[in-house]
Amino acid sequence: MATTTASMQENLSSARGQNSVNIGLANFWVALVFMTVAVILGVYQVAERSGFFPALESPTLYFASVSTHGVLMGFVLTTFFIMGFGYYAATTSLKMPIPGKGFAWFGFWLALIGTLIAAVPLLTGNASVLYTMYPPLAAHPAFYIGATMLVVGSWFWCIEMIWMMAKWKKAHPGEAVPLVHFGNTANAIMWLWTTIGVGSEALFQLIPWSLGILETIDVGLARTLFSWTLHAIVYFWLFPAYITLYTIMPKVIGGKLFSDEMGRIAFIMLLVFSVPIGFHHLYMDPFQEAGWKFVHMFGTFMVALPTLFTGFTVIASMEIAGRLRGGKGLFGWIGALPWKEPVMSAAGLSMLLLTFGGFGGMINASYSLNTMVHNTQWVTGHFHLIFGGTTVIMYFAAAYHMLPRMIGRKLHSASMAVTQLWLWFIGMLVLTLPWHAIGLLGQPRRISSAPYDDPLVEQWNIHEASMIVGGVILFISSCMLLWNLYKTHSASPEEQAMEYAEPIHPAPRVPHLLNSFAFWNVVIAIYLIASYGYPIAQFFLNQTFGATTWGV
Amino acid sequence: MHIDQTEKKWIWVTIFMTVIMVGVLTAYAVGSNIHPPSGFEPIDSTRLHLSEEFAEDNLGYKDNGDGTGTLTMVGARYGFYPSTVEVPVDTPIKIRVASADVLHGLHVPFTNYTTMVVPGYVAEVNTTFQKTGDYTVMCNEYCGLGHDHMWSRLKVVEKTGS
Ligand code: HEM
Ligand SMILES: [Cu+2]
Ligand SMILES: [Cu+2]
Repeated sequence: MATTTASMQENLSSARGQNSVNIGLANFWVALVFMTVAVILGVYQVAERSGFFPALESPTLYFASVSTHGVLMGFVLTTFFIMGFGYYAATTSLKMPIPGKGFAWFGFWLALIGTLIAAVPLLTGNASVLYTMYPPLAAHPAFYIGATMLVVGSWFWCIEMIWMMAKWKKAHPGEAVPLVHFGNTANAIMWLWTTIGVGSEALFQLIPWSLGILETIDVGLARTLFSWTLHAIVYFWLFPAYITLYTIMPKVIGGKLFSDEMGRIAFIMLLVFSVPIGFHHLYMDPFQEAGWKFVHMFGTFMVALPTLFTGFTVIASMEIAGRLRGGKGLFGWIGALPWKEPVMSAAGLSMLLLTFGGFGGMINASYSLNTMVHNTQWVTGHFHLIFGGTTVIMYFAAAYHMLPRMIGRKLHSASMAVTQLWLWFIGMLVLTLPWHAIGLLGQPRRISSAPYDDPLVEQWNIHEASMIVGGVILFISSCMLLWNLYKTHSASPEEQAMEYAEPIHPAPRVPHLLNSFAFWNVVIAIYLIASYGYPIAQFFLNQTFGATTWGV
Repeated sequence: MHIDQTEKKWIWVTIFMTVIMVGVLTAYAVGSNIHPPSGFEPIDSTRLHLSEEFAEDNLGYKDNGDGTGTLTMVGARYGFYPSTVEVPVDTPIKIRVASADVLHGLHVPFTNYTTMVVPGYVAEVNTTFQKTGDYTVMCNEYCGLGHDHMWSRLKVVEKTGS
């Protein structure tokens, strides 16, 4: 009897992922606290740029703020959240501890210290170059060094994920790696490929140039290298959202995953197609030939496929749960879903935002339509919708689901969580729909005021006003999120195992290609050389002229 | 390996949709010869004033005499130069732009005149303005604290009888 309780306890503790609780919590809290800071900056930004509050006007403050906001949202929230999510999901799905724990913690501290180092020039206005850090505007070297440390820190996580997958496979020969870890490892491998671009830009161009070792910088080469990272980074952000939709959501709502294999296929396609297509960010740039832009456009449309597959699998999984819960008729199952569950609400809202955002994305991706929207506020509206909306709302869902399980307590308030998610959804729409419109009305991106002598400016005002309302709603929502999770730490104890959805057709064994990344890495390497080889080489084969250093 | 029948159908639908979209885009780009500004043409941005083409006196619109025109502009913090330019409507124009300092972006709302202006490289846009009127040339890539103030005027006017 004693032994059974002991072994039950052990099972429970490994299902709760004891071994990854601290590192998971540390990553989650860093992510969420920095996110809240960035949301406050966001509200200030929409207010400042509207021009309604003359006392706020200050380009110096504004651009320091946007630079900080962009870095915190794009690099800090995401990297830490993804690491925490990956560690906790890995230990709970593979039922094994994190190997080389010190190694994992080292990566965490490297990333955190890097963030703090970068924060100093950001907050003092010495790195107001925005999160894209396009040269030849130069920031203080501490900014580039800090940002590089953050990225290098994330590589430790990548290695851990790959290591855990290898270890697990060795212990379970021939068995299919659980989908959740297959996804996290796909993301880790993708991120390693992705960061080669910005990593080379930082190491060979930005850092030596900002330190004065290099006198000039080739902006064309820098932008080409940055584009290598710029598309795949959004899939790095999106992966945990998809993983949650495939592996956690169906379980929570009492259903099954529609197809395990399709999940694997989608993850592999995201891995293969995300990196070699970055030129859709360079459509409007000279220095690359039209033919290359065309090639990248084909790849860009290919990467829409895994998202369309995901949409199908996720909605089909919801339908199964709805019918199991007694929902009838063509749409009756929707009402039968447990909307009071945070994960369910988040998933539904996220899919809706994805539908809007995906439509906009097709326009951005179009070789010719892009002309209409490039670098207008349409673009910022678009990525707030799909990144700040679709993606981040699933981060919230994952946090609501995982954090209580990590600490063995009940979520402080599920209904508050659902309200928070709805507020986020509404806030995002109120913020981003006018944001798209203002872009179509010609407003350029990244401005702190609108001093143009043009009747268009008057048409912008109404949208600016709506954006402020959206920002305030989002701020309230983010406060509710933090409060709820904070109170969860002192909520009543409740042991809940971390469980993942079973597919309808169990897939204990899957084809080798769907259970290993070796072959796919070769494919990516070839694809990358084909799509980026010459476009990068041309800068070395021809004489080019670097730009000197410019302050903001 | 198990893939559901309905899902298989969906896969075909998505592939079909993608092929149609890419096909339409390709046909349109190739058929109407519409391409974004492209081409590898290095230039020394620190010596623009010494170059023939982008020297201050040579900026602006020139009639090529064959029913087409050429517009040459420079972007520099914080303006596009010449700061007012007049171009004829319904005339194919080759626009060439260079940056004298940092990265800028140029767009003129409600036209197809858009390009990044990258130090070290010449940008070339081929377009035809279809409606007369006053347009604003705006910088759409952050280029420093004065980025908002970087704009100039483009006037599209009736063709002068030739
Ligand atoms: C209260 C909510 C938010 C508001 C009001 C807000 C507002 C803004 C504003 C005004 C900009 C400047 C855009 C420009 O002129 O180019 C901006 C930039 C940015 N935002 Fe947000 N934002 C919010 C939430 C978020 C969220 C949740 C994310 C992602 C998780 C996000 C990611 C970014 C990024 C990456 C940039 C940098 C864009 C750039 O440098 O061009 N924001 N935001
Ligand atoms: Cu992209
Ligand atoms: Cu500019």
